[in-house]
Amino acid sequence: MNREIDRREFLKLAGIGSVVFASGLHGMAYAAGKEDFFFIQMSDSHWGFNDPRINPDAKITLKKAVETVNSLTTQPDFIMFTGDLTHTTDDGKERRKRLSEFRDIVSNLKVKDVRFMPGEHDASLDNGAAYLEYFEKTHYTFQHKGVNFIVIDNVSDPTGSIGDSQLQWLGTELGKLDKDARIVVFTHRPLFDLAPSWDWATRDGAKAIDLLMPFRSVTVFYGHIHQENHHVTGHIPHHSAKGLMYPLPAPLSLPKKVQLPWDPATPYKGLGFRSISTKMTYGDYTVTEYPVTKG
Amino acid sequence: MRLLRKAAAFFFLLVVWLMGGPVGPGAHAGSEKVIKITAKRFEYNPSTITLKKGEPVTLEFASLDRPHGFNSPGLGIRTDILPGKASTIHLTPDKAGTFPFHCDLFCGDGHENMTGEIIVTE
Repeated sequence: MNREIDRREFLKLAGIGSVVFASGLHGMAYAAGKEDFFFIQMSDSHWGFNDPRINPDAKITLKKAVETVNSLTTQPDFIMFTGDLTHTTDDGKERRKRLSEFRDIVSNLKVKDVRFMPGEHDASLDNGAAYLEYFEKTHYTFQHKGVNFIVIDNVSDPTGSIGDSQLQWLGTELGKLDKDARIVVFTHRPLFDLAPSWDWATRDGAKAIDLLMPFRSVTVFYGHIHQENHHVTGHIPHHSAKGLMYPLPAPLSLPKKVQLPWDPATPYKGLGFRSISTKMTYGDYTVTEYPVTKG
Repeated sequence: MRLLRKAAAFFFLLVVWLMGGPVGPGAHAGSEKVIKITAKRFEYNPSTITLKKGEPVTLEFASLDRPHGFNSPGLGIRTDILPGKASTIHLTPDKAGTFPFHCDLFCGDGHENMTGEIIVTE
């Protein structure tokens, strides 16, 4: 059963949310007659990662996050994992083991509508072959209560490109939509050049943005950079999510991109997941950030 | 026929020049400095390259294991580095500074650390 909950009530129900970020076209009310809902974005769980200096709880962090999501008083309509489900390995057998273990862990989520997409750690070494043995397509669309969701794969090609074929598919899918359609895009890498020298970009991401630009209500949620980042290209907001294994430094804030070490004084700092609610008086989405544990 | 040959030769030279080949104005003659760079997981050798502003140079790449990339956004240069296939970049740095480069073809656990820098001196 779904019921409408307003923003204040949502936060009260959630109880453990910390940061709220309003996203979208301010002043554009959600189309009348559409039912509000919220979903959870989880990202960059890097299952199989093993470095105690970075995360001594590597074997339980994802499980704790699953428990925390399950503890939400109101459960989301669905959950979206935006890539790097597993940490990369050269060993194809080990890659499959990690994908299988990841799938088993997230099968404990109360919500059964769970959707996935690969990150470069899952898919770039074999063009997504192992990933596709455990999960369905790497790029696809779905609709939910009037919102059109588009999942773009910018990792199966190890160059970090979407590729002409998928761009053509994107154009065809967008061609089916009205210019006022409400669109949410999920990607792993940022579509825009956030920090190309740190490989935080998509080589042909500008082509996807060009295709999306004629639509009035588009919001992109992505992963890859293991931290919140909020950016706008034209009228399109892009929001990155925290990871669930290790945080990374702010874009170009250090000479080199390095995993930030675990701080025993503040375990799980910089890790978490988020909810995204369609309910908002002025704007499209309310984004609420959550820590891994309720603590 | 002679005219046709001349036109073909011109077209060939034009294509080579446009592709950054070894002919044409201001290009890389035999005296141009050549720096050989090898790439293997997860390092470049050398990983620090020092160049002089205004001095043309050829960067010659070879992969010792699998496909890699070489991308220096600050200098606007990139190439794939594929095993068994030569790849080169001709460059005349027009600004001094330190310009990081990185592998932009995902190559495994350690890919993020496959970096280096080009230092351009005055």
